[in-house]
Amino acid sequence: VVWSMLGNRQFCSYKMTTKTQNFCRNEYNLTGLCNRSSCPLANSQYATVREEKGRCYLYMKTIERAAFPRRLWERVLLSKNYEKALEEIDENLIYWPRFIRHKCKQRFTKITQYLIRIRKLTLKRQRKLVPLRRKIERRENRREEKALIAAQLDNAIEKELLERLKQDTYGDIYNFPIHAFDKALQQQDAESESESDAEREEEDDDEEDVDKREFVEAEDSELSDFEDMDKLETSSEEEEEEEEEVEKKASHSKSKGKTPLKGPARRKRPYIEIEYEEETEPSTKTKAA
Amino acid sequence: QEKLALKKKRRKEREALGDKAPPKAIPKTIENQRVYDETTVDPNDEEVAFDEATDEFAPYFNRQTVPKILITTSDRPRGRTVRFCEQLATVIPNSHVYYRRGLALKRIIPQCIARDFTDLIVINEDRKIPNGLVLSHLPDGPTAHFRMSSVRLRKEIKRKGKEPTEHVPEVILNNFTTRLGHSIGRMFAALFPHDPQFIGRQVATFHNQRDYIFFRFHRYIFKSEKKVGIQELGPRFTLKLRSLQKGTFDSKFGEYEWIHKRREMDTSRRKFHL
Repeated sequence: VVWSMLGNRQFCSYKMTTKTQNFCRNEYNLTGLCNRSSCPLANSQYATVREEKGRCYLYMKTIERAAFPRRLWERVLLSKNYEKALEEIDENLIYWPRFIRHKCKQRFTKITQYLIRIRKLTLKRQRKLVPLRRKIERRENRREEKALIAAQLDNAIEKELLERLKQDTYGDIYNFPIHAFDKALQQQDAESESESDAEREEEDDDEEDVDKREFVEAEDSELSDFEDMDKLETSSEEEEEEEEEVEKKASHSKSKGKTPLKGPARRKRPYIEIEYEEETEPSTKTKAA
Repeated sequence: QEKLALKKKRRKEREALGDKAPPKAIPKTIENQRVYDETTVDPNDEEVAFDEATDEFAPYFNRQTVPKILITTSDRPRGRTVRFCEQLATVIPNSHVYYRRGLALKRIIPQCIARDFTDLIVINEDRKIPNGLVLSHLPDGPTAHFRMSSVRLRKEIKRKGKEPTEHVPEVILNNFTTRLGHSIGRMFAALFPHDPQFIGRQVATFHNQRDYIFFRFHRYIFKSEKKVGIQELGPRFTLKLRSLQKGTFDSKFGEYEWIHKRREMDTSRRKFHL
């Protein structure tokens, strides 16, 4: 009667339908499906296995207690021992329909299996999922970008390296006597003329080349090509030079002439190819927020 | 629109005045406006110097220990993370990459200490990209947990150089001002051996800017006395400090020296902690 009412026809609040199957949300349901044989409402003699806090109980419902909803479900604690618990189910559900007995035991097996898994997992490290917050993520990304722009890393690194060079942390590896020559030049520039300047420049270059040559021999001729390039540049500059700001202009024209050569200057170490390439550094937006 | 008009007007005034114009105003940047942090380290601070002489990095800075580093990941690292680990291992000398097949960190740490490792780096991964870094100094040293972002592998960086050689690189630590920043800076410094080989001409940079630490690895070359060229090789990533613990890594019982509390610390745009 009950089934013909609820069941497939009218409304059962525990019933959930999906495309392929009907489910029963009733907590005392044995299989979880909405069937005539597994509906706890429609069957007057019914049994389930449920677990509470790690202990398994067998719940039974009989016809005699149908009038007393409070005492409807009878609860039996099952032993922790798997085989013993199966026997207990059997003796409690003796003379009950085969279907219910079978399904009870199946359900009990599944429950014990997942309890075992829980216990094993709690021993291992558990991965805690911390949810990302989109707004915060976005905010942090933007701040990072702006910090990157404000940082001007390349410049900072170059400055630091030059600082270290000045403070002599590298010792004698790099020989740049230009500094001393700078000062000497500036002192004597007042008196000199372009010829003496040219002479001094040549001396400078010779000195540089000599030093660089020493440097190269000490190492594995890593900078041999680099030195060639320097020679080329300085020779081209001798034609262009002016009077006082010889060195400075040299450095300027070096810097101008260097940017197309920076590519091959860097490339000299592993390869020996002379191609003109530009720096591939993206132009920094100098917007300090 | 109005700003442009104002600017133009000001420039005209300046030109009109010529020499008598007032000096140019310094633009306000976040670094300029930074809220003054009371824990900023003064270079001559005695207390700080004393602290540093007696903290866990003292043996390193006194050259008694040689850094030996273990790099590992979280479970099941994906390809990108694996490659990143390898590259990191080439950047940091004397480092070893070990895979973690489900080993608990609590158990790894005593083993590491037994095998004489000085530092442990764990790269945490999420959705196939590395996104977290745990750096702990091993013999009972501080542990720092970072959020890692914008990771670029070597092949993604636009340059034409080779891989880093085996030379010991130099280390540049920029802008670590406060006490906290100072200790983090020393942690980073303790990863690298003390005597860089200048022949290698490689430099690893940890640059702190507004609480983001940018890591870069370059090869430099001095073209003249005033000019240096750098070429980026090696991976790059940015870190943001999330927490600093006093002892070794322990998520439950560790004593936290500093945690980033979002509600409190992210309120002002001009306040930074590193």
